[in-house]
Amino acid sequence: MASVQTEAQPIVDKSRALDWLRQMLLIRRFEERAEMLYQKGNKIGGFFHQYSGQEPVAVGSIGVLREDDWVITAYRDHGHALALGMTARSGMAELLGKVTGCSKGKGGSMHFFDAAKGMMGGHAIVGSHIPLAAGFAFASKYRGEDRVALCYLGDGAINQGGVHEALNMAALWKLPVIYIVENNLYAMGTSLARSSSHQDLTIRCATPYGIPGHRIDGNDIELMARTTLEAVDHARSGEGPSFIEALTYRHKGHSISDPGKYRLRDELDTYMKNDPIIRYESVLKERGWIDDEAFEAMREEVKAEIEEAIEFAEKSENPPLEAVYEDITVAPFIPQE
Amino acid sequence: MAVFSFREALNQAMSEEMERDDSVFLMGEEVAEYDGAYKVSQGMLKRFGPRRVIDTPISEEGFAGIGIGAAMVGLRPIIEFMTFSFSLVAIDQIVNNAANMRYMSGGQFSVPIVFRGSSGMAGCLGATHSHRLEAWYAQIPGLTVVLPATPADAKGLLKTAIRSDDPVVFIEHEVLYPDKGEIPDGEHLVPFGKAEIKRPGADVSLITYSRSLKATLAAAEELAAKGIEAEVIDLRTIRPLDIDTLVRSVSKTHRAVIVEEDWPYCGLGAGISDRITREIFDELDAPILRVASGDAPIPYNKHLEASMLPSVPRILAAVDEVVYR
Repeated sequence: MASVQTEAQPIVDKSRALDWLRQMLLIRRFEERAEMLYQKGNKIGGFFHQYSGQEPVAVGSIGVLREDDWVITAYRDHGHALALGMTARSGMAELLGKVTGCSKGKGGSMHFFDAAKGMMGGHAIVGSHIPLAAGFAFASKYRGEDRVALCYLGDGAINQGGVHEALNMAALWKLPVIYIVENNLYAMGTSLARSSSHQDLTIRCATPYGIPGHRIDGNDIELMARTTLEAVDHARSGEGPSFIEALTYRHKGHSISDPGKYRLRDELDTYMKNDPIIRYESVLKERGWIDDEAFEAMREEVKAEIEEAIEFAEKSENPPLEAVYEDITVAPFIPQE
Repeated sequence: MAVFSFREALNQAMSEEMERDDSVFLMGEEVAEYDGAYKVSQGMLKRFGPRRVIDTPISEEGFAGIGIGAAMVGLRPIIEFMTFSFSLVAIDQIVNNAANMRYMSGGQFSVPIVFRGSSGMAGCLGATHSHRLEAWYAQIPGLTVVLPATPADAKGLLKTAIRSDDPVVFIEHEVLYPDKGEIPDGEHLVPFGKAEIKRPGADVSLITYSRSLKATLAAAEELAAKGIEAEVIDLRTIRPLDIDTLVRSVSKTHRAVIVEEDWPYCGLGAGISDRITREIFDELDAPILRVASGDAPIPYNKHLEASMLPSVPRILAAVDEVVYR
C-alpha cells in the first residue's frame, strides 16, 4: 500500500499538519482521561467506545472538508466530534450527563451532536445512519448546492441491509456522499474473517454499485486526507458517491467492558508499536516541522485542555428533572400519561 | 363546498403544499411514473416533475432514512409507504431516527417529515398486507399519529402534517380511497389533537377513528331507532389524544364503547380506556367495552376476514352490554 506521508510535496502545509497532530493528541488524551473517569470515578455510565488508534481516519478526512459539509458517524463518535472542532468541554460534559454537554446530557457517549459544527450525530443502531447521510446529500442536490456528506461506519455495519439500500440509491441518484468504512478488523468480538464473504470491502460496497472504491491505510493521515479529497471533489462536481475502506485498528476493546481476549497479543503489540500518532510525529520531525521540545509543549497544552474540560464538566449542573419532557417535539409536547 | 374523493383530497393536500413550499417533495414506490399504487399521486409527476416526485427502488428502510436525513437539513419530505404493512421493514428509521433525533441531540435537530400510506383490512390481502400498526406508532414519544376518516379531514390533516415541524405518521385506510365527501373551499387546515363529535347523543359514547367510523355511525343510526342516542366521536389524531373531548362526552353519557380495527391486546383502545377510567372513574355506570378485531392474524378468506372487523352487530352487542339491555 502506498504511503504519502513521505512524499516530497505533502497535501498539507506545516501549520495544518501541526493542527492535525494536535487534534490526534487531543482525541487520544480525551479518550484516556474519559476512560479513567469511567473506571475509577464512576462518573460516566452506559456504553463507552474508545477511538484510540483510529485518530488519523477522522482527522485526515474531516481535515479536507468545508465548514458547511456534514459529518455523521456510528457510536464510536468522540473522535469525529473533536476533529470537527467540537470542544472537549462539551464532549466531557456530555459523558458526565451534564446540561452543558453537546446533547444536553440526553445523548451520552454514543450520541454526540453539534449542529453548528456539522456534527450530525453519533448513531448507535449499527447501519441505521447510513441512509441519513444519503438524505443530507439528497438535500444538497435537491437545492442545487455543492455541499457533501461524510459518513463513517464500522466494518460490522456493512452486513446490514439498509446500508446496501442506501449505497444503491446514492449511486443511482449520484448523491454527493462519501462512505468511509473504518475497518478495525473486528465487529465487537467477531473478526472480519468470520463475518465477511470478502476481506476487501470495496468488493462488497463499491464494485456492485459502480462507484469508486478506495482501499487504503487509514492510519496514514495524509493518505487519508488525499483520498478523501479526491472523493469530495468527485462528489462536489456532481459525479456521485465514493466508498473508502480505511484500514485501521482500535487499541482498546470494543467497549469499556471488553478486555479484547479474542485478539492475539502479537497482533495488538504490532499495532501498538505502530501507533499512528507516533508515526505522524516522526514524519513531521523528519520534515523539520516539529522538534522534541515543541512536541512536548503540544502534549502539555492538550493535557491542560482536557483537565480544564473535566473540571468544567464536573462543575456543570445535571439537567433539571423537567428536562425529561423537553426537546421531544418542536410543537408543545403533551405527555400521554 | 365541492365533493371530492378521499384520494383526491390527499392529492390536493400534497399538491397545494408543494405549490406553496419548494422544500416539500414526495418520495416512494410507484409514486411518479405509475401515478401511485393507489393513484393518490395521480398527475403529480406531470405537474411537479421528477425532481419533486421521486420513484424509489423497493427499499423502505433506505428511503425512509433518506427522507429523515433530508428533513434534518431543512427539507420537508412526504414519504409514501405503498402500505403501512411495509413500514415494518423501515420501523427502525421511524422509531430510532425520526422520533428520537430531536431528543437525543438536545433539541438541535427537528425532523419535519410525513410518513403516509394505506393501511388496514382491505379485502383478501392476507396476514402480511392487512396490518393496523397505529397502536405501535402511537406509543412512541416524538411521533404524531393521524388517521383521517373523511375526505375533508384527509385534506386538512395532511396539510397540517406537511407543515408540522415534527415527524407525522399519517395512516390512510385503503378502503376509504374512493369515498366521496364535501371539502371546504379555499385553504382548509385541520388541527392535530382535536377529535370531532360526528353525532351528538346523551346515552353512550362511541369512540372510533378511520374506517371504523362508518360502521359506528351506522350502528348509531340503528340505536336511535331503538331509542338510544349514541354520541359518536372521531378521534382523527390518536397521538396526542384529545382526552378532554372524551372526558366531556363520557361525563355526560356515563358509558363508552371504543371501536377499532386493530388487535385487542395492548391496543389503542386499552390505552384510551385506561385514561378515561383514571380521569373519571366515578362517572362510569358500566365498564368501558372495546370492539376490536379478533386476536388472530388476518385470514385470506373473505368470510373469515369480515368476522374480524368491527361490524354493526358487534357494536350493537357491546352497547347493549353497557346500557344493560
